[in-house]
Amino acid sequence: MNEAQTRQPMRARRSREPSEPPSGPRPRARRLRLPEQTLARHLLLALVFGVLLFLLSISLGAFDNLRMASAAYFFTALAGLTVLTGLNGQISLGHGALMAVGAYSTALLVSRAGWPLFPTMVAATVITALAGVLVGAAASRLRGPYLAGATLALAVGLPGLADRYPGAFGGENGIDVAPPTPPSSLGATFPLERWEAWIACTGALVVYVLLANLMRGRVGRTFRAIRDDEVAAQLAGLNVARVQILAFVISAACAGLAGASLVVVTQIAAPGAFPLELSLSLLTGIVLGGLGSLAGAVWGALALVFLPQWSTDVAQSFSLSNDVQANLPLALYGLVLIGVVVAAPQGIQGALRGIARLAWPRGRREPSTHQEEGDDAN
Amino acid sequence: MMRIRTRSVLAVAVCAATATAVASCGGGGSSTPGVTKTTVLIGSHQPLTGPAAPGYSEIAPAAKAFFSYLNDHGGVNGRKINLIYKDDGYNPTKTVTVVKQLVLQNKVFAIWGGLGTPTHTKVVDYLNASKVPDLFVSSGCPCWDDGSAHPYTFGWQPNYTIEGKILGQYIKQNLAGKKVGVFYQNDDFGKGGLAGIEQQVPKSQIVSTQPYEPGNTNVAPQITALQKAGADVLVDFTIPAYTALGQLTSFKLGYKPQLVVSNVGIDPTTVGGLLKAFSKGKADTALIEGAVTDGYLPSTADSSNAWVQLFKQIHDKYDPKAPWDGNVEYGMASAYTFAQALKAAGKSPTRQSLVDAVNKGGFTGPGLVPFRYSKEEHGGYGGAQMGAVKNGAIELSGPIYVTDPGNGAITTSNAKQPAPGADGLVG
Repeated sequence: MNEAQTRQPMRARRSREPSEPPSGPRPRARRLRLPEQTLARHLLLALVFGVLLFLLSISLGAFDNLRMASAAYFFTALAGLTVLTGLNGQISLGHGALMAVGAYSTALLVSRAGWPLFPTMVAATVITALAGVLVGAAASRLRGPYLAGATLALAVGLPGLADRYPGAFGGENGIDVAPPTPPSSLGATFPLERWEAWIACTGALVVYVLLANLMRGRVGRTFRAIRDDEVAAQLAGLNVARVQILAFVISAACAGLAGASLVVVTQIAAPGAFPLELSLSLLTGIVLGGLGSLAGAVWGALALVFLPQWSTDVAQSFSLSNDVQANLPLALYGLVLIGVVVAAPQGIQGALRGIARLAWPRGRREPSTHQEEGDDAN
Repeated sequence: MMRIRTRSVLAVAVCAATATAVASCGGGGSSTPGVTKTTVLIGSHQPLTGPAAPGYSEIAPAAKAFFSYLNDHGGVNGRKINLIYKDDGYNPTKTVTVVKQLVLQNKVFAIWGGLGTPTHTKVVDYLNASKVPDLFVSSGCPCWDDGSAHPYTFGWQPNYTIEGKILGQYIKQNLAGKKVGVFYQNDDFGKGGLAGIEQQVPKSQIVSTQPYEPGNTNVAPQITALQKAGADVLVDFTIPAYTALGQLTSFKLGYKPQLVVSNVGIDPTTVGGLLKAFSKGKADTALIEGAVTDGYLPSTADSSNAWVQLFKQIHDKYDPKAPWDGNVEYGMASAYTFAQALKAAGKSPTRQSLVDAVNKGGFTGPGLVPFRYSKEEHGGYGGAQMGAVKNGAIELSGPIYVTDPGNGAITTSNAKQPAPGADGLVG
């Protein structure tokens, strides 16, 4: 083979995808269907998902709209966590507490300070991101089990503040928030549940576009570099602590927005919404869906919405005792998690990717390393 | 990737369609949700787990047992009552989820007996906005007692302020001059009761009021403060678990005040069981012996009462695993009132006709006290009889007091309890 011929297309591609290993040219016919430019590509995808979600919301009943909204806020939180854990390699057992920060910020600003909802949701995101700076600064000094322990303490301790200061945070009773009012232009009979689903799904789509861009770009690469080898990343000139804090801040901001959406849906911020199980099931969700992938976060979110309900239905149909019924969802998470990790260590998304690779053999697909990077963003 | 995402959307659509199909099986056949020619579907949120579960988790199964008895005797106007109750763990956030599920997915006709002040306050606005009858909340919070703000919501047991006033009157008359301390749940339940006490007992006599948060099991700071303030009389507006925790802590501190407990926190079987569990078998009902309380239903120990006999029979046949105690009686009595309301709502009940029937009032039954239902007053029983824990059971005695939740005087009533009819329903 003529060497010059082989190298020519290689160089052109490397300029777009610097981390691409030299594995030879491939036909790119399938890729060309989407815009090559990262931002345009993700905006287009978000538009398509937005239309799909819109159609889904108007064709579903009120309760399923609520479930959509729940899946959307779970996705928002999971997407942030999967960037932190899957991409940057930092574990957090405290994301439930960060959601609580977002939720309480929303409730306090709306109910006590009388702010309108949308600026409040932005503010709640910013406030939680600031909390993320603090947590991230501590986290960047900790590794492995110590990081897990510190964030676990956050998950256990932070919701307790509500009980410690009932005057400010309403104690176990929580803070009530009036339901969001759909704009009058949508008509007087527009269902509240659909409006809630729209708000939560818009938040999720915004997070999708931002994170998908981030993951494919320079920041995503630095995250991965540190996850894969801290020393090598440092030698390459990266400030490891700063990048780790940045990852924590981004992920906290997502958790904050998720908490704000949760308040929109449930109309209450109370410690009971943020037990330790929430943090643990968020972590379970990203592992279940597929670590480090936004599509995996979608699967994780669906699992978090549907698994508890199915398990409760199962428990009820077997008329198990109340204590068993209450704990079955967590036990089921555990079982499903074990099953997924044994059968498909890359999570649901990894398994689907494997199936897709079998169905459409390599000749027509991207090389595997490139594909990982490409699909990470989706 | 597009393909995969499309699949996930498809998955949602399929799940949703299945769920909708399952849900619609419950409702169909009539324009009123939850009502068919032969059935009425009602729902409830209950603390089957969590801090309020001991005792209170028996209420819904007892109500279901009563409905089963009723259904076996022909139901109400030919319809069988089907109750589904869901666990909210006394966690307000969960209450919101399960109630929306009951209304939107199960499409229940009405909510019966949703339990708890902190929990139910989070769904009252939703239920009223959705015009779902919210009958006989299992809580005496003064917040239900407002027909103009919440036309679809009705309390059932005495408003906590009424209860507080009657307990306060007892303290004023029988424990005059003694220092009074109040241990209460930090929400509208505890605060409502405290308001009633403060109306009756002179301010100078109340030396300390200590709130607790349900979920935090360390009550030593509160009990120590009450002991330090020198309270000779301790008034508890607590759920059973906190009555037990408070008494165990007092016992450890060597603090022995005269106990006065709200009806909701004193069922001897429940509190005795909790005392045993918390102390690993070392304590029992001896720690609440002599406690003063009040009641609006006949004591479960009063086996000569026709209602107690009926409920005991139903309990033995339909709900034999549960202990025979005040919670079971509560569930059956509240279910009885619901059946009465449904009967009064007419041959083809609608959500509005059910609410109108309760507004009209005139229900009697297992209660010792008359109801206060009218278009404005939605508070349930209007008073109570005083009693005390004797030999591990509640003994009620003396006149039946009635009053309002405002500044009205406490008067005595000579309401007579009717005997239950053959099918379990009167009139």
